[in-house]
Amino acid sequence: MSGPALPGLIDGFGSIIRRDLLLLWRRPGDLLNPLVFFIMVSTLFPLAVGPDAQVLRNIGAGVTWVAALLSMLLSLNTLFLTDFEDGSLDQLLLSPQPLPLLALGKTVAHWISTGLPLVVVSPLIVMTYRLPSEVVPVMMGSVALGTASLSLVGAIGAALTVGLHRGTTLLSLLLLPLAMPLLIFGARTVSLAAGGEPYAGGMNLLAAYLVGALALAPFATAAALRISNE
Amino acid sequence: MWTFFHKLGSPPHFYRLSLLFSPWFAIPGYLLIAWGTYQGLFVAPEDYQQRDAFRIIYVHVPAAYLAQMTYAIMAVSAGIGLIWRMKLAHAVAAAAAPIGASFCILMLVTGSIWGRPMWGTWWEWGDPRLMSALILLFLYFGLIAMRSSITDTAKADKACAILALVGAVNLPIIRFSVDWWTSLHQSATIIRKGGPAMDAEMLWPLLANLLGFSLVFGAVLLRRIRTEVLYRERRKRWVRDLVLGDGAP
Amino acid sequence: MTHILKAEQLSLFRGERCLFDSIGFALASGELLLLRGPNGSGKTSLLRGLCGLLEFEDGKILWDDVDISRDRQSFRARFAWYGHKTGFKLDLTAEENLAFESTLRAPSGLAIRDAIDRLGLNRQRKLPVRSLSAGQQRRASLARLLLSGVKVWVIDEPFTNLDADGRALVEELVAEHVAGGGMAIVATHHDMLAGGNVKTLEIGR
Repeated sequence: MSGPALPGLIDGFGSIIRRDLLLLWRRPGDLLNPLVFFIMVSTLFPLAVGPDAQVLRNIGAGVTWVAALLSMLLSLNTLFLTDFEDGSLDQLLLSPQPLPLLALGKTVAHWISTGLPLVVVSPLIVMTYRLPSEVVPVMMGSVALGTASLSLVGAIGAALTVGLHRGTTLLSLLLLPLAMPLLIFGARTVSLAAGGEPYAGGMNLLAAYLVGALALAPFATAAALRISNE
Repeated sequence: MWTFFHKLGSPPHFYRLSLLFSPWFAIPGYLLIAWGTYQGLFVAPEDYQQRDAFRIIYVHVPAAYLAQMTYAIMAVSAGIGLIWRMKLAHAVAAAAAPIGASFCILMLVTGSIWGRPMWGTWWEWGDPRLMSALILLFLYFGLIAMRSSITDTAKADKACAILALVGAVNLPIIRFSVDWWTSLHQSATIIRKGGPAMDAEMLWPLLANLLGFSLVFGAVLLRRIRTEVLYRERRKRWVRDLVLGDGAP
Repeated sequence: MTHILKAEQLSLFRGERCLFDSIGFALASGELLLLRGPNGSGKTSLLRGLCGLLEFEDGKILWDDVDISRDRQSFRARFAWYGHKTGFKLDLTAEENLAFESTLRAPSGLAIRDAIDRLGLNRQRKLPVRSLSAGQQRRASLARLLLSGVKVWVIDEPFTNLDADGRALVEELVAEHVAGGGMAIVATHHDMLAGGNVKTLEIGR
């Protein structure tokens, strides 16, 4: 039994990205929340540990990554929640397009709306935490790779917890242990670069993680969505 | 072979078999632990470097081994449950998670007690094995929390199975990242526990305890699965007959 | 070409409760199945299960005598689902929503504008779905059925929030679809298509 001719696979993938970005365009406030959160968390640390330049230089890389992790985590909660609530998730699940591809599309849109802004503001940390300015490209590159992986892995958790009570707390509980390698790779890469040491190894690890997540996470996300939407 | 597998998947059959086999796990298991622990604590010679402190390995190493083994068992049965839709496999995964978490805690506590005389501190952030174990414990917590927050058993089974598999893929990466992280620290000098240069008098009790712990673990797991199966099949006739009748399923 | 959708021995549990046990039906092209039952009898779950949105505990579904579990993906492509939730993004217009969904499915040959006209929403075309009334939102999601171009419409309580005109429109659309060789499965307490090819399935008694 062969079904009717389908539109190309890339069409569905592209159009779900377009739809989610259009939604973001209609409600630009959603773009600001994770960004403001990131900046606020990174303000907390100097207030908590004191303005000592040496201390700040030491913790700069770690602060960036903890703040980025938390701010991604907060935004992940809503990744599938609105689709679940308004019923459009039903329609996505019923579409003849392969669900992993649609899930990947939503993940890409999520990264563009939350990860990318963090990449753009991450040099602020370099400047305010007195890290050497040569670190800027490493900082931006590692945040880009790391947040993309976080979006992918986070999408699995978001799909598993969509529609559950206290989903946000549960989501953090599920995701934080899974995200620890990214935190380690990312923060260590930046602090190696800040110390003038070779950091290529860390970057490679981040890139390898991203490739693995790209290959596997959409399938897990799709399977999780089918289960959660029952 | 296939029919055996199929039959094992049927809950009443499994229930009968596991009742039969449980004592074969429990009794030798407790005997081995008794012998191994006595030998380890009183007979084995002192370690020339760690003195009596090393004796905690007779609990610590089996706990560490089983903490990880349980995750493997859980992930494999989760996969079987997802792929072949075998309900019993999900029951195994559900029963295993809390046991794994307990072994993880036991491993962390004994590791930290061992660390006190060795490192002079209860908790050494620089030790990769402690860190990996801690993250493993977090994974177990996530799974237990996930299961308890979904009321529908079938749905909880599938969701937890996916999470367990995602965790299984991530565990080697977590392990590696923690090793990489500590290898860049200069401060943490780790004293290798055990190692190949162990005396036979030290080694045999350890092996006995490893096997003993594993057998007792098997008995506990079987018992938990039985409970889980009874609960899941509570609407079925055979459970009603078992509970109200003479006890022979 | 005539198709046959068969369901055999379907049963579903939700937690403690058995929603339904061993129900079945057969439906051919050009027929309408009315699903009836008291509140909480599992009508919505049955419909969602038929679409493939949830799994039955037991039983099987056959499309032209082929078990659908062998090819769920292409089976799903034959179903259009109209449930309680509109399935629309509230911040997009009905036209944008429908245009997005049409990129996911095979073209039906009907223009989005025409479908919207048909449902009497031409003036609300440029408004975000959020600012439409509940009834208008329901109408807009009827357009999805028209545009989907699929064989089987699965409809849950279509008359909720609709005025007399809207209810007549639903009947008209379903009648047209069935007359054109489609199938429809509708959960409702109303009577529909009196005198047509209508079957009734009662559950939860």
